[in-house]
Amino acid sequence: MIEFLKRLFQKQGSSATAKERLRLVLMTDHLELAPEMIDSMKRDLVELISRYVEVDRERIDVTFERQDRTLAMLANIPILSVNRPNGNGAVTEAPNPAPAAAPAAESRPAGAPPVRKRKRRKKARSVRANLPSTA
Amino acid sequence: MSARKIVVTSGKGGVGKTTTTANLGATLAKRGKRVILIDADIGLRNLDLVLGLEKRIVFDLVEVAEGRCQLRQALIKDKRFDALSVLPAAQTREKDAITPEQFSAIVDQAADAADYVIIDSPAGIETGFRNAVAGAAEAIVVTTPEVSAIRDADRVVGKIAAVGKPIRLIVNRLRPEMVRTGDMLSVEDVCDVLSIELLGVVPDDEEVIDTTNRGEPVVLNESNRLRAIYEKIARRLEGELVPFTTFDNQSFFGRLIDALKAG
Ligand SMILES: Nc1ncnc2c1ncn2[C@@H]1O[C@H](COP(=O)(O)OP(=O)(O)O)[C@@H](O)[C@H]1O
Ligand SMILES: [Mg+2]
Repeated sequence: MIEFLKRLFQKQGSSATAKERLRLVLMTDHLELAPEMIDSMKRDLVELISRYVEVDRERIDVTFERQDRTLAMLANIPILSVNRPNGNGAVTEAPNPAPAAAPAAESRPAGAPPVRKRKRRKKARSVRANLPSTA
Repeated sequence: MSARKIVVTSGKGGVGKTTTTANLGATLAKRGKRVILIDADIGLRNLDLVLGLEKRIVFDLVEVAEGRCQLRQALIKDKRFDALSVLPAAQTREKDAITPEQFSAIVDQAADAADYVIIDSPAGIETGFRNAVAGAAEAIVVTTPEVSAIRDADRVVGKIAAVGKPIRLIVNRLRPEMVRTGDMLSVEDVCDVLSIELLGVVPDDEEVIDTTNRGEPVVLNESNRLRAIYEKIARRLEGELVPFTTFDNQSFFGRLIDALKAG
């Protein structure tokens, strides 16, 4: 009887797995086939985040990673400086200075070997975004 | 009036491009259309064999391209129909023996004397595929409900969409009983993943192999169910709104029946 109920209520078989795997692999394929899209997404991201904090434009790193049932976009954006919040707690919308001229307060020293992606992410000085996995 | 120029393609090999081309062509011809089928698979000629016309080949596609004969001399007329003919591919030449421009010119010439020119594309996304797509104004992408075929189909859909040609999908070799038990992707799933318009669903049928052995398109067999299925596809191609046969998805009742059957 339990077997019977299982058969009745469980979506069995491999088709659900197939669909899930396909969805993810096609998303990855599409991203790989559209490097210009990723570049322009990077530019837009930087522009948006620069409205709030000063970021190191040279060292922005965007990757995509399969995470269980979703595809995640991991954007590692080193922050150079954060303006002191003003009276009401809002962030001032200062025009962002060119990265070269900026005080490299929180970035790693110039010429330092690149830190591995995962480590850098753990430092939590990056912005991380999840793309919805449904197209 | 010029013909519809349709490429049948898939990315992956062995999913049913040639079978689709032959049966769709035969069906359209039975419906009174003038049809020219072009085998664009240079080096791996097959369409002639599937249609049982292999003994009648005199000239081929490459010889037409090189100006060594006229198109009409190379066309093999299928005597079982009023107006179906086939332009065979060259069997012993390289894929790049012909340019996209040459190929398109041949398709256009064929289009002057037909209602439908259907191009049987080779597998892959290289020269042969590019030629076949260059010559067509619209595409039929064929896939089976399997992950590798669908992934490859998605790749060719991307390539064809990039040149702005309309694309429709045929899901081939569907096994409804497997879909019902959740062991095969449903048509709905495939359409969902590929997000292109569905043109038709062709079930897996042993008789396809049998009729191919004899060189007779399966639609010539009065009693085969695929005959009605290709007929519907042909009517959709001609712009008619033909409802799809529902090949049961894994519904609650489908599962109930299976559960009862399994005891
Ligand atoms: N609907 C079908 N049912 C059963 N067998 C099929 C069906 N469609 C194609 N086949 C078989 O699949 C094989 C590959 O088909 P073919 O048309 O030659 O593929 P392609 O041209 O894409 O390489 C052949 O053996 C053919 O008989
Ligand atoms: Mg073929």
